[in-house]
Amino acid sequence: MAHTVSIEDADVRYACAPQESLLSGLHRLGLRGIPVGCRGGGCGVCKVEITEGEFSTRTMSRDHVSDDDLAHRRLLACRVYPSSDLSLKVIGKLQKKVCTPADRPLP
Amino acid sequence: MALTGVLRPGHAQVRVLNLEESVRFYRDVLGLVETGRDAQGRVYFKCWDERDHNSYVIREADRAGIDFFGFRVLDKATLDKFDADLRAYGLATERIPAGEMLETGERVRFTLPSGHVMELFADKTKVGNGIPLVNPAPWCKARDHGIAPIRLDHALLYGPNVAEVQKIFTEVLGFYLVERVLTPDGNANAAIWLSCGQKVHDIAFAEYPEPGKLHHCSFLMESWDQVLRAGDIMSMNQVAVDIGPTRHGVTRGCTIYAWDPSGNRFETFMGGHLPYPDYETMTWTFDNFGQGLDYPQRKLHETFLSVVS
Ligand code: FES
Ligand SMILES: [Fe+2]
Repeated sequence: MAHTVSIEDADVRYACAPQESLLSGLHRLGLRGIPVGCRGGGCGVCKVEITEGEFSTRTMSRDHVSDDDLAHRRLLACRVYPSSDLSLKVIGKLQKKVCTPADRPLP
Repeated sequence: MALTGVLRPGHAQVRVLNLEESVRFYRDVLGLVETGRDAQGRVYFKCWDERDHNSYVIREADRAGIDFFGFRVLDKATLDKFDADLRAYGLATERIPAGEMLETGERVRFTLPSGHVMELFADKTKVGNGIPLVNPAPWCKARDHGIAPIRLDHALLYGPNVAEVQKIFTEVLGFYLVERVLTPDGNANAAIWLSCGQKVHDIAFAEYPEPGKLHHCSFLMESWDQVLRAGDIMSMNQVAVDIGPTRHGVTRGCTIYAWDPSGNRFETFMGGHLPYPDYETMTWTFDNFGQGLDYPQRKLHETFLSVVS
């Protein structure tokens, strides 16, 4: 059964199955919101803070997730799988570019 | 003999987040040949047509990225001379004893001002490519397993101080600058492509604030058909693809960029022009970087500049 994921401050909601990462659920719907990079937990661009809800994770590169991040549920969306409805904030290094139209010109 | 000094990229050691998942990826999807495992738990691979025991080594770690990139040099005397020359230039070098990596001789290790660890070595056991040296067939069965590139071709590394890195490669190690992309103000190089022979590049660097980052390791394919076949195999296996299939303006190489299961980018590459050391460097202005990266689409993909491991 799919859970509902809400991106705070972007007014985006999408369905995400428990075996689907938060990032791929968003990507599958063609929605923008979280930056998409390596999808393997290695590059850190998809960083989010889970503000509400339960989830499971796969290994993430500790270059991008410190102990403090883990404690505060600041994680890489491509390695997080929902087990309930979730809310999150986008906090990755591309955050300033998030939630803008796909055809935005490059700097 | 015309080709002396540094001969070619010899090995890369890359960190992965889950060893067995990565072994399955590199062996069965990318189609490298697994050649050994050592006491540290590292897994060794070669491309099917390479003759040396290994060219790509993975190690399980809590972060992705590259540990080091190594070049094979002509012989032991060349290795000793480069060691002395690097020290004379002002870089600290370290000797890693023979056997620390499987089937690999003594290595000279040094760290670039970009934060990348480089190695030189003169010996690695020749295990062959599965084809006899007498009356060889053009290929063997291993060519059809997975994507099956023919060799580790080059790497693109991101880090600071690219101008200093360029000096080390051109003034000490005998490389020459084949192509470059200028910074937006035109006063420096944003990215450089360096060759030690007649390949369009053996290593490349791009200016980036964080040191020691891996943009990609590149694997050589025999033809554009084989690059397209690689794309098919990536999709069949739900590999995360970044850019391509397309052609780079820089190097003229045909390419797909994709990521391994730990987020280390790799490339399946073929072609490129054929430079000589006396050729003038080709220059791309920053406003043409999009064409340099993706010539048909003329697009400076955002991930190219910002996604590294
Ligand atoms: S997309 Fe690279 S860490 Fe998630
Ligand atoms: Fe490349």
